[in-house]
Amino acid sequence: MFSYFFKRLFQAILVMIVVAFVSFSLFNFVGDPVISLTGEDSSVERQAEVREAIGLNDPVYVQFSRFLGNVIQGDFGISYQLKREVSDLIAERMPATLELVFVSALLAIIVGVILGVYTGIHRDSFVSNIILVVSLAGVSLPTFIIGIMLIYLFSVILGVLPSFGRGEVIDLGLWSTGFLTASGLKALILPSITLSLFQMTYVIRLVRAEMMEILQTDYIKFAKARGIKKNTVNYKHALKNGLIPVITITGINIGTLIAFSIITETVFQWPGMGLLFINAVYFVDIPIMSAYMIMVAFIFVMINFIVDITYYFIDPRIRIKDEMS
Amino acid sequence: MSLLEVNNLNISYPTRKETIIASKDVEFTLERGEILGIVGESGSGKSTIANAIINLIDPPGEITSGSIKIDDKELRDNEEVIQEIRGKKIGFVFQDPQTSLNPLFKIKDQLIETIQTHLDLDYQDALKKSIQLLEEVGIDNAEKRIEDYPHQFSGGMRQRVVIALAISCEPDLIIADEPTTALDVSIQYQILELLKDLTKKRNLGVIIITHDMGVIAETTNKVIVMRHGLIVEQGETRELLTNPKSSEARSLVISVPPTNKKINRFKLISPDGKEITSDSKNLTKNIIKTWGVRKNTNQKLLELTGVTKIFDDKSMASAFSFSAKKEPAEKVVKAVDNVSFELFEGETLGLVGESGSGKSTLAKIITGLVRPNNGEIFYNNLSLYDSKRKYQIDKSRGQIQMIFQDPYSSLNPRFKVRDIISEPIKLFQKKISSAELSQNLHDLIDIVGMSRQSLDRYPHEFSGGQRQRISIARALATRPRLLICDEPTSALDVSIQAQVLNLLKDIQDELHLAMLFISHDLPVIRQMCNRIVVLKNGVVCETKESEELFNNPEHPYTQELIRLMPKIESIV
Amino acid sequence: MLTKTFNKIYDTDVGYSFFNSKIAIISSAILFVIFLCSVFAGLVAPYNPFDPATVSLMDAFTPPSWSEGGNPAFFLGTDQQGRDMFSTMIYGSRISLIVGFASIIFAMILGVFLGVTAGYIGGRYEIIVMRLTDVQLTIPSILMALLVNGIAKSVISQSMHSEMAIYVLIFAIGISEWPQFARVSRASTLVEKNKEYVSASRIIGLSNILIMFKHILPNILRPLLVIATIGLALAIITESTLSFLGVGVPPTTPSLGTLIRFGNSFLFSGEWWITFFPAIFLIILALSINLLGDWMRDALNPKLKIR
Repeated sequence: MFSYFFKRLFQAILVMIVVAFVSFSLFNFVGDPVISLTGEDSSVERQAEVREAIGLNDPVYVQFSRFLGNVIQGDFGISYQLKREVSDLIAERMPATLELVFVSALLAIIVGVILGVYTGIHRDSFVSNIILVVSLAGVSLPTFIIGIMLIYLFSVILGVLPSFGRGEVIDLGLWSTGFLTASGLKALILPSITLSLFQMTYVIRLVRAEMMEILQTDYIKFAKARGIKKNTVNYKHALKNGLIPVITITGINIGTLIAFSIITETVFQWPGMGLLFINAVYFVDIPIMSAYMIMVAFIFVMINFIVDITYYFIDPRIRIKDEMS
Repeated sequence: MSLLEVNNLNISYPTRKETIIASKDVEFTLERGEILGIVGESGSGKSTIANAIINLIDPPGEITSGSIKIDDKELRDNEEVIQEIRGKKIGFVFQDPQTSLNPLFKIKDQLIETIQTHLDLDYQDALKKSIQLLEEVGIDNAEKRIEDYPHQFSGGMRQRVVIALAISCEPDLIIADEPTTALDVSIQYQILELLKDLTKKRNLGVIIITHDMGVIAETTNKVIVMRHGLIVEQGETRELLTNPKSSEARSLVISVPPTNKKINRFKLISPDGKEITSDSKNLTKNIIKTWGVRKNTNQKLLELTGVTKIFDDKSMASAFSFSAKKEPAEKVVKAVDNVSFELFEGETLGLVGESGSGKSTLAKIITGLVRPNNGEIFYNNLSLYDSKRKYQIDKSRGQIQMIFQDPYSSLNPRFKVRDIISEPIKLFQKKISSAELSQNLHDLIDIVGMSRQSLDRYPHEFSGGQRQRISIARALATRPRLLICDEPTSALDVSIQAQVLNLLKDIQDELHLAMLFISHDLPVIRQMCNRIVVLKNGVVCETKESEELFNNPEHPYTQELIRLMPKIESIV
Repeated sequence: MLTKTFNKIYDTDVGYSFFNSKIAIISSAILFVIFLCSVFAGLVAPYNPFDPATVSLMDAFTPPSWSEGGNPAFFLGTDQQGRDMFSTMIYGSRISLIVGFASIIFAMILGVFLGVTAGYIGGRYEIIVMRLTDVQLTIPSILMALLVNGIAKSVISQSMHSEMAIYVLIFAIGISEWPQFARVSRASTLVEKNKEYVSASRIIGLSNILIMFKHILPNILRPLLVIATIGLALAIITESTLSFLGVGVPPTTPSLGTLIRFGNSFLFSGEWWITFFPAIFLIILALSINLLGDWMRDALNPKLKIR
């Protein structure tokens, strides 16, 4: 069992190092960090001073290890544009993004699985067809359009939900949460629906395809031939097999949600990491860009690692193969 | 009152083009204690009948008329009764043990669930019964193994589990749809014996669906012969096999390779019921003009010494295996272990063995598709692999060719037949004129007995037997001296097999080809080969002249194989 | 002759499925119309909105022709600079389509090449390519496109930004989409590789390149076509999202996404049509492509039984 874990852990670390290296190269070789710090018309001497001070004259591997060391301690440097510690910026904004992503993920997966299973089992029913049509809309509507439409409907016309911001947040030391206030929860509604819609439809289609394929297998046919009741066959036998790919995509799901939160945060002016990042791209603020890359990669890698471990406990075929060798 | 009574059963599949009749006016009965065989070639409708009895026909198929009665209770259109009966009165066994069991549930859970669905037992009693069932079907250490998952059992064991599940609720009727087709001969024997045993002990009625006449002969009391959805003949097995009356039944019986003697050519029945004999005189001779006459020098063509191949990754071994019959491989798989043999011009050497014997791997080694770890392979006294174990294709350019097992994947579906066959010709004769090319194509398509119009068609327009002929034409395109046949007829119906094997013999005679014939089917090997190499788990057990081998097998494994193979003669 | 070809197509499974699916016919009809309009934008659009001579600020904020204050000369109204909405939409869709198609074609060529070679050659090469695919697949396309865009921007000097923007965008979206093609190509190649016609070709002595691209490739096109169609919709949506965020095509050659961005600021002050029409257009475009792709997936799937 441990060999399986260690292999996965090792791969995860490897990926992180690669990402860190790309990030590092961004930092050092793209654009000129010196000029960004000292300004375009600084003197040559000043530039040389700064160059020495931030250690650009050292060999690459030294710079990289320094970079790694900093990153592990949470030091990502200083934003070119906002002139603040990047780590502070991220710490401030992370809770907003994570809360939004968490709620959206929950929505997407729960609703997605339920509807996916239903449409997979009841292939041709009227309700299934409606669900499928709506899900198609979810895939064809860009996230930002959904956001705009929702705002127009609920904020402008109906006036019941806020069109921007997080509402009131309660500060719990390291974390500021919007879960504990009414306005905070209200503010979550539209953005989370917007964010989850795309993923939800994706989950519905995937689960449906899986269920349909499973229902045509021999072992399902054999179960029916043994007289096992239809509901048991559908919801116990088929479902258990059908849920396995859902676990894999959950991992990717959360990753995608974090990425798409960039859009949602922009439309709703939600003060999260995505908004921070988009501005960084606009102003070519390298420290934030590279920090964002590493943070996000870290979250992805961690999630994938957890997914792998869950997989191990759920699918006996993987367990046995590992134990045999 | 019969156990099962089927009357005027009609099943059809409406498709957009036409309605396919899967079965027409089918009528038969089955009593307790009887084993009924339903035999027919592919597409005859035998499986459909079985599925119809428990109403599990794949959509869009449906029963259009007729009656199915179990102990006088009508099943047709009676969903409630059918739901009760499935599993409780009728047990079903499917063909492929690999896919019949849900991989995510333990055997224990699958058994207990089935038992508790139909019988009123609590968990502990159901568990006890499950263990008993496993013991009854011959699984050792049942108490421990019941906690395992399906993929921890080998193919034969899995089929036993499937049978255990089928009999778990004390049914009166068992329907087994090709229950042993995917299994090795020795396992097949055990499973069939088990079924016969259970029939006697529990006074069951059993229907076995198969295409294997030997199985019919050794296992069944009554037999039904089907063709294109119709019953062409039915009756007591012994009577029907010794004295088949309908031409279809005669064709089936006569095409089966005899197990007790060697004949020159397989006998065939023409559509109007007469016996055809074929021999090479029927072949066109044009091809001889282009090839030039070959003399039979009887020299040594192929020599293998100490060839070994190790697959060190479980998944790699299974990826290379064509056959579905697989025992779970260990971590280090010695597919071929120190194998040596020789092949002479003009002779047919047979490689026979069950799955995992290494016979297919050897074919791949000789043709360069797989690299050996050890050993020497000589063709015409030239080594086929250099010191770096790289295949020297120039040494044998075009002289070694192969035809494969699966007619449905051996031809590229996107190429016309013409292009499939001309590709090798053009590769070897880059500057060939289109007239000459045409001539070559015509010669080749003629010699395999297909029309010239076939050249402009696509593979999917042809049947399995026709596709194998096209494969043969392609193989002959490079004028080979050695033809390797890797289970060339295992996927074909028995009467088509007879035709294709006759064709191979004709071609060999006319063109003086040496053949390496690979199969798991002993009777076929006996008919086709002069000498035979018996393989087990990659090791050579015995090498002998074929008649010698069958009359006087020395190695215990050979003896067992010969003893266990299903023989149609057993009943005659 | 035409009827003969038509009959031949109708007879095939795919053809039959197409002509009997209202959805497939309608969506391809819509796409065909949109495609024609954008190619012949000059003829279809009543004005050229990027010709300063035809644009006048006096016409700005005109509502659609059927509402109060509308002007029949401007069918769907005008935007904040006085440009005709209908015309800007036609020209905008042209940009959206160009970027979409170009990026998918780029992704397809790159992905299929890597996928087929990885599947066929195997060994360490395959492992490397697949790891690359896996890693990239965990990164959502939006993010990838944003990153590539951001990096490219900092590499290219300010003056070249506008000119290069479209190429950078195509490259960025293409890079974000290639893994899907690679993964499916490789999986299909692995299946085909085990088929006996490939073994037969190897025994004859055909070169590996020939086997890969003459024998295997034609057999794996079907699933690729489905992915390409759905990927096209995704590429168009990605491009419009990037343009909406301000990091896509330059404002001088606006795509539908840019137009939506322009209009967004006026949505709440009452000039709804500036955002609305480009949004609807984009939705119809994406929806049609997705419907077509959906139909294709079912029609080209050998596993789904014929009903």
